[in-house]
Formats: sequence, C-alpha cells, structure tokens
Amino acid sequence: MTKQSSPPRPGNGICFSTRGVTKVYGSGPAAVHALRGVDIDLPEGEMVVVLGASGSGKSTFLNIIGGLDTATEGEVVFRGQDISKANQRELTRYRRQHVGFVFQFYNLMPSLTARENVALVTEIADNPLSPEDALALVGLEQRMDHFPAQLSGGEQQRVAIARAVAKQPSVLLCDEPTGALDSKTGIRVLEALKTVNDDLGATTLLITHNASIASIANRVVVFADGKVREVRENTTRKQPQDISW
Amino acid sequence: MVGGLLNWLSALDRKLVRDLWRMKAQGLAIALVIAGGVSVHLLAAGMLSSLEETRKAYYERYLFADIWAPAVRAPDALVHDIRAIDGVQAAETRIRMPALFDMETMNEPASGAVISLPDAGEPAVNRLHLVRGRLPSSEQREEIVLLQAFADAHELDLGDTLPATIYGGRSELRIVGIALSPEYVYAIAPGEMVPDDRLFGVAWMGRRALARSVNQDGAFNEAVIRLARGASEAAVIAELDRILDPYGAPGAYGRRDQVSDAFVSSEMEQLETMGSVIPPIFLLVAAFLVNVVIGRMIAVQRAGIGLMKAFGYSSTEVTLHYLKMVGAIAFAGLALGAAAGIWLGRGMAMLYMEYFRFPFLVFDIRLADFALVGGIALAAILGGAAFAVRRAAALNPAEAMTPPPPPDYSRAVGTRLTQSKVFDQQTRMILRQIVRWPWRAGLTVAGVAASGALLIGTMFFTDALDEMIETSFTIANRQDVTVVFAEPRSQSAFFSIARQPGVMAAEPFRAVPARLRHGPAQERISIIGAPLEASLSRLIDEQGRTITPPPGGLVLTADLAAKLGARAGDIIGVEITEGRRPHLEMPIAAIATSYVGSGARMEIGDLNRLMGEGPVVSGAFLTVDPDSTDALYTRLKEAPVVAGVSLQTMAMQRLDELMDESLGTSIFVFVIFAGLIALGVVYNAVRISYAERQRELASLRVLGFSRGDVSYILLGEVAFLTLLALPVGAAAGTGLAWYMASAMSSDMFRLPFIIAPATYGFAAIVVLAITAASSLLVRRQIDRLDMAEALKTGE
Repeated sequence: MTKQSSPPRPGNGICFSTRGVTKVYGSGPAAVHALRGVDIDLPEGEMVVVLGASGSGKSTFLNIIGGLDTATEGEVVFRGQDISKANQRELTRYRRQHVGFVFQFYNLMPSLTARENVALVTEIADNPLSPEDALALVGLEQRMDHFPAQLSGGEQQRVAIARAVAKQPSVLLCDEPTGALDSKTGIRVLEALKTVNDDLGATTLLITHNASIASIANRVVVFADGKVREVRENTTRKQPQDISW
Repeated sequence: MVGGLLNWLSALDRKLVRDLWRMKAQGLAIALVIAGGVSVHLLAAGMLSSLEETRKAYYERYLFADIWAPAVRAPDALVHDIRAIDGVQAAETRIRMPALFDMETMNEPASGAVISLPDAGEPAVNRLHLVRGRLPSSEQREEIVLLQAFADAHELDLGDTLPATIYGGRSELRIVGIALSPEYVYAIAPGEMVPDDRLFGVAWMGRRALARSVNQDGAFNEAVIRLARGASEAAVIAELDRILDPYGAPGAYGRRDQVSDAFVSSEMEQLETMGSVIPPIFLLVAAFLVNVVIGRMIAVQRAGIGLMKAFGYSSTEVTLHYLKMVGAIAFAGLALGAAAGIWLGRGMAMLYMEYFRFPFLVFDIRLADFALVGGIALAAILGGAAFAVRRAAALNPAEAMTPPPPPDYSRAVGTRLTQSKVFDQQTRMILRQIVRWPWRAGLTVAGVAASGALLIGTMFFTDALDEMIETSFTIANRQDVTVVFAEPRSQSAFFSIARQPGVMAAEPFRAVPARLRHGPAQERISIIGAPLEASLSRLIDEQGRTITPPPGGLVLTADLAAKLGARAGDIIGVEITEGRRPHLEMPIAAIATSYVGSGARMEIGDLNRLMGEGPVVSGAFLTVDPDSTDALYTRLKEAPVVAGVSLQTMAMQRLDELMDESLGTSIFVFVIFAGLIALGVVYNAVRISYAERQRELASLRVLGFSRGDVSYILLGEVAFLTLLALPVGAAAGTGLAWYMASAMSSDMFRLPFIIAPATYGFAAIVVLAITAASSLLVRRQIDRLDMAEALKTGE
C-alpha cells in the first residue's frame, strides 16, 4: 500500500464506491433488510460522519465496507477493486493491510499492555508506525506500560485508536467511538481521531448518534431505513474542542 | 411437547432447562466424568459385596472347612481326639490322593486329586453342591463325582468313564455325579498362576473304595475342621499338629493358605483397591469441572443475575437456581454411572463365573453403596459449584448489571516473566492468561495429568504381567514340564523319566514341607532342593542374575523373607515336617526375586543330608522336544511313579489368553474412562476459554489476524497446559502404578513395578489425541465466529 501524502486533498480520488448494496439477514418472512440499495462515493482522505437512527443500517454498512461482513447483493469497490466478491482469506488480508477499526467498547486485549496492544498490530503490518509513535499520536506516551484495567475509558479508547492507526491504514472505521464516554473524554478521542486523519490522511468514517459531532466532518452521510437519505458537505469544519454535547 | 412441559415450570426453572440445553455438550462431558467414577465404584463395590455375600452363603451352607490338617497316614480312631479339641465344631477325616487323568480329548495329562466322601451320609465339613447326578454309593468301587469345571472342559457327563492313575494304579472311574465344591471355587493346581479347567480335575469317591485302592484302610491322610464361633484358629492348629505329629503331618493350615480361598480373597482385595483408588480421581476432576463451568456461566450471566436480584429474587433463590443446575448434571452423571456400573457389573459377574465357580453369583449393588457413592459424588460436585455460586449470590444487583471491568493482569504473579522480548503478542496473551488464573490452569494440568496417570496406572498391568511372565517362565522356570512323584523316590526314578522320549534336559528336585520361624513369625512352605548348577528352575536376584546357594545355604524368596521379617544373614528356625522331622537353625544365604509363589531353596545334596536320606528326589523338571511331547505325555500318564504333571508351556499360553481376555477388557474400559476425563477437562477448558475470549478473538480477526492466528491463541493455551501435564501425568502415573503394584500383590503373586517406555508413549498419544480432538471441536466455532456480533457493533 502506498502511504497517503499529507495534507489530505478531499475530493481527489474515490476511496469507496458502492452500488446497489443490500444486506438481508435471515430468510422468508423472518428476513430483515438491513440495507436496501446503498449507492455512495466516498473520496480519499476525508473525515466522514455517518448519522442515523438505530436500525438505519449504518453499522451494517460500516461492517461491509470494512470487510467484516459481505453484502447480499451489490458492488463495493475499494480503490477500484470490488471487495464484495472477496473470500474470507482475501477479506482478512484486506483488513490487515488497509483497515483500522475503533469500536464503542474499545475491544482491547486485557492481557496486553497499551504498548503490547498496539504491537499486536504492528507485528503483522507491512509499514507500521512504532507502537510508541502511535501512542504518542493519541497522547498516551506516559501510559504505555499500563494494562487496560489500569486505564480510564477514554484512555482505553485512545489505545484502541492508536492500535487502529499504527498500521497506517488507508481507512479508519469508527463505530460510536465516543458512545461510552463522557463529553470531555469524548472530545479528547475526537481530537485524536482528527489528528490521525490530518497527519496520516486515512479516510475516516465515524458512526455516531450524536449530531453535534457532524460539524467536525468534511462530509456527513445520513442513513434511514437501510438507505442513504442525505449526503452533505460541510463548507466549514469545527474543531473538536469547539463542539459540546 | 417440550414447550408444553416447560409451561409447567416457573420462569426461573424454564431458564434452567434452557441453560442446560445450551450447555449440553459441556454438561455431558462433566456427567460422563462423574459417571466414570460412579460406575467404577459401583462395579467394584457391587462385585465385592456380591462375592462376599455369595462366598459367605456358600461356605455356610456347604460347611466349608476352617482348617486342613494333612498327614501321611493316621488311624481313623484319631477323629475322636480331633473332635474333642476345644473350639472344634465339626471334624471329618478323609483320604486325598493326587491323581493323573488320561483324557481322550487331549494328549497332555491332567493332574488333580481324588478325595474321599463318607460312605454313609454327607460329610460334616466340605459338602458338595451336586449339580446333577448323585453321590457315589459305597458298594460301587469306581463311582465318582466329578468337579463341574473339569467335566465341562472335557464335555463329560453322567455315565461317562474317566481313566485315572491313582497311587500308581490305573482305574476306570465312572461319573455318577457332577458337583461344585467350596474347596474348589477357584480350581487351580497348587503352584500354578492361572486356572486351566482342562488340566486340573478333582474327583470324589466313596471312602472305602478309595481306601482300598490306595492302601489307607482304617486310616486317613487329611482332617478337615470347622471351628466353633469365637474359637482360636492358632490354638486348634497347634493342638492338631500335636495330635497328628506322629503320623507324618506337615502341619495344619487355615483358609489363608487354602489355595482356592486365598485366590478369592486376593481378588476381593483387588476389587477393594480398584473401588477406592479410581473413583476419587474421577470425582475430583468432576468437582473441578463443575466449579470452572459454573463459574464461567455465572460470569456470563452476571447481568441476568443482577436483573433477577433487582426484581426481588433473594440470594438463596439465586443460589438454589444454580445448585439445581449443577444437581441436574450430577444426577445425569449418577444415573449414567449407575446404569454403566450395573451393566459392567453383570458382564463382570459372567466373566467371574468362568473363573470362580459358585453355584450362583448374582451381581447386586447394595443400596448402601448407591447411597455412599451418590452422596460422595453430590458432595464433591456441589462442593465444586458452591464456591462459584456463592459469588453469584453475593453480587450487588446494580454492580452486576454494569459490564464488568476488564480483568486486571497487572497484578498477576509472573506477569513480569511474560514481558520478555522473546515472546510475540499472541504467545504473551497465552502466558498471561495462565499466570492470571494459575489456579484454573493448575487444575487443567491436574485434570489432564490425572487422565494420563490413570492410563499409565492401568496399562502398567500389562507391563508388569509381561515382566512377571518373562521372569517366571523364561528366566527363572525354564522347564516345559514339572513331574511330581507320588512319593520321594530314588534317583533311578529320576533317570527313568530323564530317559523318556522327547526329554531334552532333565533336572531332579527334592521338595520337603517345612515351617520357617523367625521371631514371632512363622510360615509354612516347601524347601526345594535342586542341583547347584540348575539351568531349568533357577533362582534369580533383582537384576535377573542367577543365584547359586552356597554349600549348606538356604535361599528365600523376597516375599517370604519379608513375611518372616528376615534378611540375608539372619538365622531362622527350620522345622522340617517330613521324614525324621529335624529342627534346625540356619542362616539365610541370599534373597531371591520371585513374582509367583514363594519358597525356600537349597542344593539338593545338602537337603538330602539334612533329611538324613540318600539321593532321594521328589520329581523332575524337564525340557521337551516340541515334536515329541505327545509320546512323552503318553508315557507319563502310564508311569506309576508319577502323581502330578504340570505343564509350563500351557500355563504360559493360558496366562496370555487370560491377559487378553479379562485384562484386555479391563484396560480397554479404563482407557475409555481415562479418555473421558481428558475429554471432559480439555473440552471444557477450551470451551470456556473460547466463551471468555470470544470478543478478543473477534477483535483479532477484525485486526486482520487469520483463523489460524486466532486458533493459536485459543488452542495454544490448552496445548501448552497439556504439554505441561504430560510429565506431571507421567510422574503421577508412575506413583499410581507403584501403589497398584503393592496393593494388588498377594500371597500368590507379586506384581513387579515396571513400566515400559511404550506405556508412557501410549498414554501421551492418547492424551494428545484427545486434546487435539477437543480443540478441533471448538476450533470449528472459530470458523463460524461472527465478528460483528461478537463485538456488538450491530444496532
């Protein structure tokens, strides 16, 4: 993979392009249509905030473009390659090389220290940052040898971000990264995400319920009933420290 | 249907049923381990009580003797003196003669005895259980009752005739009855290890008829005595010895030295050992599994427990709920174990009936045994659960409903060790899991080790018996045939045997009954005199080297020396109870190893000199040209001097068969049981680890780790613990084998403590295979791991 040069250039090239993506769980009368034909183009390097009510399909969409799940129908093109037909092995390689994930509940390895949690990823990545640099990026250089049990929620989430970005991913997918955090800690996490997006140029998708976060994005995508209801570009972006909830 | 049934239950019990259904594989694994322990205990206890009760009833009903008092020839009138001894309830005199039977269906001579029955009425001691036919009439000289096992082996029935050589005379005996005798529950020739129904027979004849043919008119050569309740066996024996001493009595003996009863007793001791050693292993493992599995379930259901308590369920109700769940598993194990125990017990009783000839043997488990094992199993299992359940009951509802904080690894002892740079992160995760929960890891190691130990402790029997056979038959006793003369003969009798066709080598021996004394201990044995350079029947030391007795020296087998509490160099009292009956003080020259039987040994010339006799022999050891055995057997059967023939080769074959039959089956059963333990422990360990780490494993998959990488973390732990368990299991198995070797040894034989390297290897392979199989079962779940679901990213 090639490292994105910084600063990012929004609109310069397409990172993800999806056409007619549907996802159906189950079959027959019990079938649940999580996605009902999603068509969207997401440019390289942007910070994209995805909004939507519970059940609107935003997490399913994130899982599919992140290679955690596959679409029932439709095309998912990542940098010109269709990943909707990829097998498990190819998806594993795709995640390993290109995708960084951040979840609401951190999902750190409790048995590894902050540094070791990051090293877990850098040991299998092609062109990683050092665990120390990745942790410094999120402001945790003083807490590197602490176990998750010794860290606060916000610190754990920042370790998760450091772990996600240490491989220098092309895309960073965050599902409710601030969902379990208070406002002040949440803003620290958003700052960390913005720094990563600015410095590494990774296309960043951030799912949230919290509409006030939308103002830090280049682009806001709103999901409803398994479809994209609205896409808007922010002409002016706020800094994380300027928002509150 | 099930849904309908569920409606009858309270909501909490419905949850219980569904939880049990969800954890059915783990529950079954635990139930099977419990069942293993329960069934082995019930099998052993049931068999033991069945044998005990059957034996007691049989002995009572058929007036089995307490004491046997052999003599050479004593006048009939002595019976009154014997009956007058204080403590004697009943006494009977009789004639017992060694006999050779010439069977049409085989070339080998069958040895055995002919025993007299009173001419009128049934004996007051040692009655026969007539299976069919009648007792011999006093008028008909050749009528006999034949031991059923021998009759069956040769398909003989009422009216058939049986050619026999008794006291040098040939007779055609006619079978008028087929019987069982309490004296021959285990029908085995003296000095043999394994019964062979074809080669050992006993016939009962009218007293007068037998007396006439063996020159014992008005005399007897054995008295059998039943003791009054509370009488002292030793005192009666002393009195009997005093009375019979002038008549060539080698010394009276009790049931302990009666071959058949001694074998039955030794079998019962072995059952007792089996029933008390093996089940605790199973129950401990089951208790541990319950603790871990329930502990895990409570961790998973934490929020649910909080909810239950928030709704107003009390701690007692929560405790009861989980104890019910454990109780259900324990009862399933008990039921399975009871069924398996009864089923195995019935099979074993059938097997026993082939060797132990009781008129009946009903396998029956006493209620008390069910209650005992049920109580112990429940206590062990509920005890195992109690710890985990107490934690559930103590949960504060508010706290329980919030997600648990990540487990703290920073304070685990040994975390420092895992910081070494040589480990990658995955290996580090495996090691930290172990050091964080060392108790659980230790129990997993102990469980797997117990399985390995059980395998080694069981398979050791094959190694021990192989060694026993090797030492007894190919190193110590290398003769093919042992010929015993009716009475001591001159050397010419030996030479006439040595010259027979097919005899390749022959060595004479002299056997003399004696009592050995050392301090308060005393033992009845035969002193065997053999040539100094004996090459057929040899004495060997622990290293398998031949021991040559020094001139005039006496060599004892190790078990005999131990019973006498004597060591090489000690002076012991030797009272010979034949011929001139000299009483001597002799030093023990050396101690020999012998796994089968026990005895004392001297140079034959020295023994002859002690006896004050010329070159007299009691019999001969022979090696035989396999092509000429038939001719030799024919001559032996016809030779009037020969009273008994024992066939070493046949005994060895028979022993091999027996090992394949009964030991093979037992070992197979125990391998299955040991496998159950390993399966229960490993499957649960991996399953629990999987459940606990599902999120971690899913995270790793998300981070781009392949299924193989993720499996390594999950299965690496159990693989590591299994590898750790192998040496522990080997050590524990060695200990178990050592204990079994000493616990299972009896007067008849001693199990050498020897474990072949292949046994360790096999045990390791079984344990590793089961670990691999259990791991693969769980590994399949990794393949199906739903990452999005596990990480709860779904909306």
